[in-house]
Amino acid sequence: MIEIRIHGRGGQGNVVAAYLLAIAAFEEDRYAQAFPNFGAERRGAPVTAFVRIADRPIRRRCQVREPAFLIIQDASLLHVPGITDGLQANGSILVNSSEDGDVLGAKLEHPVVALPASALAQEILGRPLPNTALLSAFLALTGLLPQSALIQALGQRFQGKVLENNRQLVEQAAAQVTAGAWQEDIHAASA
Amino acid sequence: MLQALEGSQALARTVALCRPQVIAAYPITPQTHIVENLSRLVADGTLDCELVSVESEFSAASVALGAVAAGSRAYTASSSQGILLMAEVLYNIAGLRMPLVLTCANRAVSGPLSIWNDQQDSMAVRDAGWIQLYCADNQEAVDTTIQAFRIAEQCELPVMVCVDGFTLTHTLEVIDLPEQQQVDDFLPAFSFERRLDPANPISIGTLVSPDYFTEARQSHHQALENALQTIVDVQQEWGQLAERNCDALLNTSGPADARIGILTLGSIAGTLAAAMDRYTDNPATRLLTLRTFRPFPAAAIRQACQGLTDLVVLERALSPGSGGIVGAEVRAAFSEIQDAPRVHNFTVGLGGRDVPLEIYPHLHQAIRDGRGLPFAILDLEPDKLPEAAC
Repeated sequence: MIEIRIHGRGGQGNVVAAYLLAIAAFEEDRYAQAFPNFGAERRGAPVTAFVRIADRPIRRRCQVREPAFLIIQDASLLHVPGITDGLQANGSILVNSSEDGDVLGAKLEHPVVALPASALAQEILGRPLPNTALLSAFLALTGLLPQSALIQALGQRFQGKVLENNRQLVEQAAAQVTAGAWQEDIHAASA
Repeated sequence: MLQALEGSQALARTVALCRPQVIAAYPITPQTHIVENLSRLVADGTLDCELVSVESEFSAASVALGAVAAGSRAYTASSSQGILLMAEVLYNIAGLRMPLVLTCANRAVSGPLSIWNDQQDSMAVRDAGWIQLYCADNQEAVDTTIQAFRIAEQCELPVMVCVDGFTLTHTLEVIDLPEQQQVDDFLPAFSFERRLDPANPISIGTLVSPDYFTEARQSHHQALENALQTIVDVQQEWGQLAERNCDALLNTSGPADARIGILTLGSIAGTLAAAMDRYTDNPATRLLTLRTFRPFPAAAIRQACQGLTDLVVLERALSPGSGGIVGAEVRAAFSEIQDAPRVHNFTVGLGGRDVPLEIYPHLHQAIRDGRGLPFAILDLEPDKLPEAAC
């Protein structure tokens, strides 16, 4: 079972990101569970959501305490104390940032891949929504699911031009990271 | 058909499959998504139903009562303060023997204010005379909701389907949503003999003198006790139709020769089951997940506990000044039994406190320490208490 924690800010689609990833896993015949760490949300406040993906039904309902991966939708959250709490010793971080991933990684003591997801989305969708790019990059890095699964999940939410733009964003984001770079981490996490 | 759905969305679509004619509800966290999704289904024409927007939960329950009294299949949903604001009407619905289905998206009760999950709200109205069914996961919530309409209409009693707020309502997972035809075959159109009908006038809810009130209460009590068998039969029928096995009163898993048992309600059961596989160096443990709390299945609990020396009752509510609510009832069920297990009673996960896998080895330690005799809050963090309370 793979456990992922997604950090974002209210309004960025934190729960939507978790749901999209779980739906994409379901489209590939996996079992999946996604849920928010619900608080009194308001726009801009730090929010968290969790995703589990497994080959068998998932019975546990507790929060994800020891994620194998973090997906961080807003770079400013990297400076929030406790952001990497519980991240497995060999766990990796994908962050929406235009900074250098290696520099960030040295500070956080975990491998970091930085992707300027908001900028990419602004360019292709016309809105700085980081979800599609981040999720596509995550799938490319880990090889967890094919990009087509994410496109299927997006297709349940969008249609027409918006879906087409998202499809383009999926391709571009995947091309910006090293495919399979975290493949071994996935094997270790699911062992 | 298997789908990846948020619990609330699955519940809304399930309610729609049951073809309610009147829905009245007032939004409250964490029930909101259920009602939002239902109003969308009505707005887009998927569900042909009168959706009544009301100004409070008191009105929601009153409209639902009136709708059933007029012979309509009705539905409502609420949580926490909403359930308590309904309380007076809930007693009336039950006392007047109105077959209504209500989803309680379980949430803590104020104060202090909490929007998060525990089961204090439904426990607060356990004596209202409703059937109460607790769901361990979203699949059970879907299946139980469909059964609830059948049980309600067959027994002429209201059914409260208790679904853990957030933990289930806001969790997206893989759910098998039945086909419309399956539900139609299982759930015939509602026909209420005692309905208000101008052609055949009757009075409902009139003043009852001491000459008859006791007998009305006895017949209500008897109806709930009789409902045990209906709950079993309905589950069996739906289980065959949907090809899913689930015990109607309580689900038992774990080794038959276990000497230690844990009885719980709702979504904690899944976490405990996962923990039992992880922490295998603990003594063999039988897991009992109570689905039917009202009527209280005392005989089924006694039977499921045979051979146990120790039983933990783990619950998500508290009766301040007494302790556990379910724990007290389970102890009472064993009061006349020789060789009954020792009952350890713990409350856990109040106001949304996460219940992690580690709860399971903690429970075994707490049994050895005797902490739950008679009662303790298992996940209390004493350093957070004011000094005077330590």
